[in-house]
Amino acid sequence: MIEIRFHGRGGQGTVLASISLAKAFFDSGYQVQTFPLFGVERRGAPVEAFLRISKSDILVRSNVYTPDHLVVMDSKLLTAIDVTRGLKKNAMILINGSEPPDDMTPFKDFKVAMVDAAAVALENGLGSRTRPIINTAMLGAFSRVMAMPDMKYIEKAILKEVPVKQDQNVAAAKQAYGAVKIMDNK
Amino acid sequence: MKHVIEGSHAISEAVKLARVDVVSGYPITPQTHIIEAISEYCANGEMKAKFIPVESEHSAMAAVVGAASTGVRTFTATSSHGLALMHEMLHWAAGARLPIVLGEVNRALGPGWNIWMDQSDSLAQRDTGWIQLYCENGQEAMDTTLFAFRLAELVNLPVMVVIDAFFVSHTFEPVAIPEQEHVDDFLPPYEPRIALDPDNPFALFQMAPPNVYMEMRQSIHRAMEHTLDIYHEVENEFDAVFHRRYGMIEEINCENADIILVTTGSATSTARQVQMDMEKQGERFGILKIKTFRPFPGKAICNALQKAKKVAVLDRNFSFGSGGIFAQEVKGALQVLSQGPVVFNYIAGLGGRDITPDIISEVYLKTRDRDLPPCGSEWLGTSPRDEN
Repeated sequence: MIEIRFHGRGGQGTVLASISLAKAFFDSGYQVQTFPLFGVERRGAPVEAFLRISKSDILVRSNVYTPDHLVVMDSKLLTAIDVTRGLKKNAMILINGSEPPDDMTPFKDFKVAMVDAAAVALENGLGSRTRPIINTAMLGAFSRVMAMPDMKYIEKAILKEVPVKQDQNVAAAKQAYGAVKIMDNK
Repeated sequence: MKHVIEGSHAISEAVKLARVDVVSGYPITPQTHIIEAISEYCANGEMKAKFIPVESEHSAMAAVVGAASTGVRTFTATSSHGLALMHEMLHWAAGARLPIVLGEVNRALGPGWNIWMDQSDSLAQRDTGWIQLYCENGQEAMDTTLFAFRLAELVNLPVMVVIDAFFVSHTFEPVAIPEQEHVDDFLPPYEPRIALDPDNPFALFQMAPPNVYMEMRQSIHRAMEHTLDIYHEVENEFDAVFHRRYGMIEEINCENADIILVTTGSATSTARQVQMDMEKQGERFGILKIKTFRPFPGKAICNALQKAKKVAVLDRNFSFGSGGIFAQEVKGALQVLSQGPVVFNYIAGLGGRDITPDIISEVYLKTRDRDLPPCGSEWLGTSPRDEN
């Protein structure tokens, strides 16, 4: 079983990203389970969502404490909260941000991938400068750095899940797939 | 075919497939998604039901009581304080023998305000005459909702389909959504015994003086006992169409187990994983999942537990001044045995506190390592007591 924890802010589509990714994994032959760690929701407040994927049935129904990988929807969260708590060694941390963190030492045991999903979203007309809609770009970047699920499943999930601007969302996912970079953090 | 949907929507889908005629709705977290989806189905024509938005949960139940009295299939959903506010009308639904189905998402009661998982809301409605069915995951929520309509209409009692806040209600997972024709095979149109009719007016639910009231109460009791008798048969019908069944209880590797854990709801699922993991380390215990709380299948539970040496009941609820509620019921069921197992009672997971695999292991190990339970219940995972 692989456990993925999403960090984002309320209103950023973090839960939707996790659900879309779950559907893409399910289509590609995995069992899936995803749910938000529910706080009392406020726009802008840190939120978390969990995704479990497995080739066999998923029975555990508690929160995720020792994730295998992280998706961080806002690079500013890296200094605001302890995103790496419980994170397994050699985990992939996929971050939306234009600049890598100044201090990479907290991430030395992990792989760090960066994508400027906000810029990708804006180029594709998704959201506004102050509120870009980044979740589909993050899905494309995820598919690249994790080498799963295949982009065709991401594309299918976007077409199923996103009710508006479907072509732009698929284009954003593909662009982020090409733009994401694995950082040298050693 | 399986779709990745959330537990709340598994119930909404089942209500749509059940061809419900009248739905009333009042929002409350974490139930809102159930009613929200149904209101959309009604608005876009996917469902032909009359959707009644109401001003409170008391009215939500009153509305379906009124509708069901005219002989139609009805549904509403709620949680926590909403269920508490419905309390009076819950008695009405059962006393009037109306087969209403209620989706109930277990949530704690305040203050302190808490929107998270806790069984105290539904268990506080124990004595209202409602059948209560607890679900472990989204598939069971879907199946149990369909099953609930059939059962309710056979025994003329209302049924509460209970799911865990968030751990089931907001969790997306693959759920097989049945075909409409299969649901129609299992669930025929509702044929009421009596129905209010403006063209042929008569009165229902009048004064019941002492010479009849006690018999009316006894008839509810008999309907509950009848539910125990026919449950298996109704499950056979369900199984024949959908190829799934759950049982009033499920015995998970209980044969020859000295220690049996008693669980309900989503904690059962986590316990299944812990059972498999600990078996690899040479530790063995059985799990008894209780699905039906009312009627309480005491005889079946007694049979399942009688050969065990120790029973550990994990309660996600608490009756102040007494103990865990399932533990009380289990102890009551076991008292017919002359040499029954000893019963340990653990309290965990109140107000959304997580029941992790570690908590389940702790329940097992604490039970394994002691011959006798302490008096009363033991609270797991709480911070050290503040003596002030």
